[in-house]
Amino acid sequence: MSASAHGRCGGTPVIVGEDLAVRYRRRTVLEVDRFDLCDGETHVVLGPSGSGKSTLLRALGLLERPTRGRVLIDGAETSVGDRAARMMMAAVFQNPYLFKGTVGENVAYGLKLRGVPKADRTERVAAALERVGLSGTERASALQLSGGEAQRVALARALVLEPRILLLDEPLSYLDPLIKRRLVADFSEILSAEGVTSLYVTHDQDEAMVVADRVTILHEGRMVRTGPADEVMTLPTDEWVADFIGMDAALRGRITATDEGIAEIVIGGELVYGCTPLPVGVDVLVGIRPEDVMLFETGGGIPHSSARNRLVMRVEAVERRGSTDRVSLSSNGLKIAASVSRAASKELGLGRGTEVAALFKATAVRVAPAPSVPGGV
Amino acid sequence: MEVLWNAIVEAGRMLFSGDFTVYEIVFLSLRVSGLSLLIAMVIGIPLGYLIGSRRFLGRQLVMVIVNTGMGLPPVVVGLLVYMFLSRSGPIAELWLSISGATSAPRWLFTVPAMIVAQVIISTPLVTGVTAAAIGSVPRELRLQARSLGASAWHEAALTIKEARRGVMAAIVAGFGGIISEVGAVMIVGGNIEHSTRVMTTAIVLEARKGNFGLALALGFILIGISFAINNGLTALQQSGGRYER
Repeated sequence: MSASAHGRCGGTPVIVGEDLAVRYRRRTVLEVDRFDLCDGETHVVLGPSGSGKSTLLRALGLLERPTRGRVLIDGAETSVGDRAARMMMAAVFQNPYLFKGTVGENVAYGLKLRGVPKADRTERVAAALERVGLSGTERASALQLSGGEAQRVALARALVLEPRILLLDEPLSYLDPLIKRRLVADFSEILSAEGVTSLYVTHDQDEAMVVADRVTILHEGRMVRTGPADEVMTLPTDEWVADFIGMDAALRGRITATDEGIAEIVIGGELVYGCTPLPVGVDVLVGIRPEDVMLFETGGGIPHSSARNRLVMRVEAVERRGSTDRVSLSSNGLKIAASVSRAASKELGLGRGTEVAALFKATAVRVAPAPSVPGGV
Repeated sequence: MEVLWNAIVEAGRMLFSGDFTVYEIVFLSLRVSGLSLLIAMVIGIPLGYLIGSRRFLGRQLVMVIVNTGMGLPPVVVGLLVYMFLSRSGPIAELWLSISGATSAPRWLFTVPAMIVAQVIISTPLVTGVTAAAIGSVPRELRLQARSLGASAWHEAALTIKEARRGVMAAIVAGFGGIISEVGAVMIVGGNIEHSTRVMTTAIVLEARKGNFGLALALGFILIGISFAINNGLTALQQSGGRYER
């Protein structure tokens, strides 16, 4: 699978991995033709466990020598032995791995290695702890902190170095949901405020949606999709990606007319309106998130709405998903899903074969050029 | 019971009467075992770190050798060192062929010979226990240090610090194995008065002569010194406990 121009960033690449492969014994755990991490972006590598994402981070972060391939930093080839290059980076892992000693000693560790004088160290440690919301905890024992606090210390220990590149390997996955939600928001805020270039590895797509500028999805050691976060996360190009991010695979259609940024897209035997600057004749991928689709009875009065798309569709299946029902709909070869509340589902009497009116806005229709190779990136 | 009590009294009398011979024996014991321990640490701690933290070709073999070494009977070590260092041994032969002299110097029945034997006894102990302690520190901790800019040396220092209690236990084991050992120092040292007589060999000698009281008194001094040293090492091992897991 080759990386297309689509997968490259607009900015300057800081780290580039070329033709990377990592094998453990005889098992190939990673095989990537090209991976870019660009200046200032938060690039999320998303994939299920065992997909090779942490291996990719360790190879790019010069923490582990890949079996094959090159890592370039600012265009120059480098390797694990290049300590100066490693000094530009700092990592936070799934487990905070705090060292024995105080919180202050932990945060100061990297500064000490860089020969920063003690007075500066004290000041910078205090500032870093403040940034992660742990002011004044310098003298506490690092090993008696709660999970959330420990992970904040780990983040401070990395941020205090003012690294050009921050490597984050599942930094939040050990935490319980409540603390995790708070920390995701904090991390996202800190990352964007710092303007740090970050490589963020996670298996959690909600986390990815919050922090990512760009997303790369890995599956069995290979890149199956890479691109801007909102595109990758809303327009799955193949069944596997769709399944992984919990959507139906993107629809394939063609633009047949455009008018002031709104395109008429033919999908199967139906016509859908979507917002896109792409011209007539382009083959496109179309994605509609289930939560953007509203359902109404066909006979009754459809409320006045600005939604351009109004289709009568047949219910194929109703599936319980937490507090909502996920309704699969089809009409003339167009298949979409809607997410409705349990109450609304009951009121509409939804079941297999029911006919309903589906409404969704043109702005809710995600459109991107279709890759030339089906399923490719 | 009276024998025990008398021995304790005698031990105290020997220690505080200013009996030069007793001091000499005690200090020689400490010198031989102390120096041996130091050398064993210099070899054993780095080697233990490598075995505990790296995967390399032949690691398995090194581990088997170390583990076997941990259980070597001191008397056998003494015997082997004796044969190697004797005037007709391989080292003497080598020395003769290099120097061109007609006779080799006497290495046996000297303090250095005793140190050689004790280093061979205590190095595997220090290495093996250190390796186990280092092995219990997660690999990812070194990865974390590396990701913050640590060199291989920094990683080693951090790991040893993390495994400090285990490494201290290795030192205690290494010291225990030689301060109380009699077989090797007896064979290689020869228990020569004012020269190679240490506490354990002196105890053997007095017991053989039938001076059980004196032998026991020396035994109590040995136990007392062991206790004091281990007390110090343990205090060091347990210090800073409030920052431990």
